[in-house]
Amino acid sequence: MFYLPRSQLQNESSLSVEDLSAVDWPARFHELAASARHPALKQYYQAGVPDAATAIADVPMVAMDFETTGLDPQQGGIVSIGLVPLTLARISCASAAHWIVRPRARLSHESIVVHGITHSDIASAPDLSKVLDELLAQLSGCVVVAHHRSIERRFLNNALLTRLGEGIEFPVIDTMALESRFRRQPGFLQRLRGHKPASVRLAESRKRYHLPFYRPHHAQTDALACAELLQAQIAHHFSPQTPLGELWS
Amino acid sequence: MQAEHIEIVDFLRQHQPFTGLSDEVLQQVAAQISIAYFKAGQQILEFGAEINDWYVIRSGAVEVFRRNGELYNRLSEGGFFAEFGLLRNKRVRFPVFALEDTLVYMIPEPLFTELFDNNEEFADQVEVEDRTRLRQAVARREDANELMTARIETLVSREPVLLPAGATAREAAIRMTEEGVSSLLVVTTSDDQPMAAARLVGIVTDRDIRDRLVTPGLPFDTPVTDIMTAELTKVEHNQFVFEAILLMLRYNVHHLPVIKQGLPLGVVALADVIRYESQNSLFVVRSIFNAQTVEELTALASDVRACFSRLVAEDANSRMIGGSMAVIGRSFKQRLLEMAEEKFGPPPVPYCFLALGSMAREEQLIVTDQDNALILDNRFDPQLHDEYFLNLANFVCDALDACGYTYCTGKVMATNRQWRQPLKVWEQYFSEWIERPSPEFLLNSAIFFDLEGVWGEMHWPEMLNDLIRRKARSNSRFLACMARAALTRTPPLGFFKGFVMETDGKHTNSINMKRRGTAPLADLIRVHALAVGSRAHNSFERLQDIIEAGLLPPGNGPDLRDALELIAMVRIRHQALDLQSGTEPDNNIEPDNLSDFERKNLKDAFQILSNAQKFLKFRYQPGRAV
Repeated sequence: MFYLPRSQLQNESSLSVEDLSAVDWPARFHELAASARHPALKQYYQAGVPDAATAIADVPMVAMDFETTGLDPQQGGIVSIGLVPLTLARISCASAAHWIVRPRARLSHESIVVHGITHSDIASAPDLSKVLDELLAQLSGCVVVAHHRSIERRFLNNALLTRLGEGIEFPVIDTMALESRFRRQPGFLQRLRGHKPASVRLAESRKRYHLPFYRPHHAQTDALACAELLQAQIAHHFSPQTPLGELWS
Repeated sequence: MQAEHIEIVDFLRQHQPFTGLSDEVLQQVAAQISIAYFKAGQQILEFGAEINDWYVIRSGAVEVFRRNGELYNRLSEGGFFAEFGLLRNKRVRFPVFALEDTLVYMIPEPLFTELFDNNEEFADQVEVEDRTRLRQAVARREDANELMTARIETLVSREPVLLPAGATAREAAIRMTEEGVSSLLVVTTSDDQPMAAARLVGIVTDRDIRDRLVTPGLPFDTPVTDIMTAELTKVEHNQFVFEAILLMLRYNVHHLPVIKQGLPLGVVALADVIRYESQNSLFVVRSIFNAQTVEELTALASDVRACFSRLVAEDANSRMIGGSMAVIGRSFKQRLLEMAEEKFGPPPVPYCFLALGSMAREEQLIVTDQDNALILDNRFDPQLHDEYFLNLANFVCDALDACGYTYCTGKVMATNRQWRQPLKVWEQYFSEWIERPSPEFLLNSAIFFDLEGVWGEMHWPEMLNDLIRRKARSNSRFLACMARAALTRTPPLGFFKGFVMETDGKHTNSINMKRRGTAPLADLIRVHALAVGSRAHNSFERLQDIIEAGLLPPGNGPDLRDALELIAMVRIRHQALDLQSGTEPDNNIEPDNLSDFERKNLKDAFQILSNAQKFLKFRYQPGRAV
């Protein structure tokens, strides 16, 4: 995952594609299955998503994380993808996946410093279109879990628009958004007095649940970190019976 | 696509039992792991539930319980659980709860079994049977030293040279020269008995010819039986080499006849064993006997410590180290008593100086106080004689204190009038203690039942030991009292992070390995030894008698032996480390200074001790037939 400057983190609305909180996802997938042209995408939608009323304990999920060339999905591209499937009961490393892909955008020096993936790494890497079938197959029927959903949502959407001429929509359980719900942000007066807002970044959030420190900026590790964080958040603030609709958007 | 389980592999690589696995295997393990998070207080495993995974704690801490709700263990990062149920019937045998917020790795059963079957080191660490792991730990260490495992018969290089008891001293000398040996075994034969089936009556050495024949100017035709040593110290062919060394030290002899099935097999000489002990305790013993003044003796204290450190460095076992230190302690006492008799003149009546407790059990270490007493002749008259014996006792006890054997805090010393008594009073003491046992007295006086003569009339302590043997074994009330006293000190449950964990779940910062380990074990073994009428003093030897008497449930005897060896060696090693780092050694150990290996094995050993105490309590109830 690419860490955003604090200013952008605090103002999530500016990044969101659209307000998706009211979306009826099963119905939306039904529509998209009919309109999608690319066969893999069509199959993905046809697999459907669980109903909003489903208990979280019964929902198959995939934690997903991207490393990117920059922050702006219009100009940047995906460099690596990490996937870790999970249910509430267990995170499964057996079907975890990690791809390095060649972005069409230039690899900036700053991003190399962040994720350590270099020009020579990507020189021999495939284009995202080559791994798309496999990626979509892994996501099929599962709800995506991400820390700061708009990155994964917008970068994947843009990558598909560029390559297939059609984008992708999918529901996400955003562990950062969940964390924000439990961290009361300081009011105007408190901010004046120097109270800093509680950090909802991945590492700091994990610390609150006594999860171990992982070195960041490796897509698979970050996806794993995010999966563990979701399990911890649900153990502390929700229950296995919590309906999916309270968690995703 | 290449999945990279970086954090998982890194974690595994740093933790037992995975440390010995190759990176390739670790990658395979990581690729099959499942992960789950549990909030503090949440149940992880429920008794009887089906399980298909083995659990490793990635972060946090858990508590493992027995079925009856008793705390079994507390584990933190790197700890693992569920192997018991997994290798039996795939049902949870020990319920587990998260003590803190906990992240666990779950390793599927087929992979666990594969690791267990194909990696010895892994299996040793995870071993389901606590006792098996302990046995291996003890055995592997002993393998490291030839001295501890070599049998005496391997030292016997030739048939013994025998001499008929009717021969003369000159014939003995000629025979030695012809055969090129420094000792002969003297045997009696009859016409219908071949020489090989001869009865061994003594040993004669070249030194005997010098000291007992030539020096006193006896004629060469003196019968060899006049100059031989008739009170033989012998060894069995299958005893260990280190036991031969201890015997030579103890009795100050340089030749030991080796016996197999009652017949002489050969002789081992000091020179045969000396190569097994590079820097030996014999040297210290010799220095003690060469010392001319108390000051010279006190100067040897540092040599004693150096000898202790060397024995540890040479991987000696606790029996060897405890035995060597006891011999050294005895030598100090013997030399001091010689000096005392020079200083105060010959004793007005015969006496015997006693060693009690760890020295008598040959389990002495470097941190030890002096427990001693005096048996006096029955003609002892306090008015006439006590001044002499008080002076003698003060001289010896003060000098021992100066040599590093501190005064006994319980005042069990010959300087105490109560413990400086004629034989008949000692007999009354023991009869009284055994026939009318007082739990309060026995609580602090178990050491009187480990008694051994050091100097003087050595048959008196044997008479007392016989009296104890006779009276104690049939007296269930006495044994019950001794058993109760032996249960006052209990082992802890184990370790948790930097703490010692008690059975009630409380934590302490350090553990006294003597009070919580070796002492309760010695106490427990003593009770059984009294019950079976064992003559042995050493706990390992007592245990052997107890096992042979069939008193313990099968397997418990060897378990106790391993537990004693392990706890004693941890105590010994940590004292040696203290010496090395220049701090004053003591019996306290901080869990942070224990290796993972020691922690795991100590926990097993404590468990064995705890179970043995339960058995002791059940076995010796007042009024129960023994």
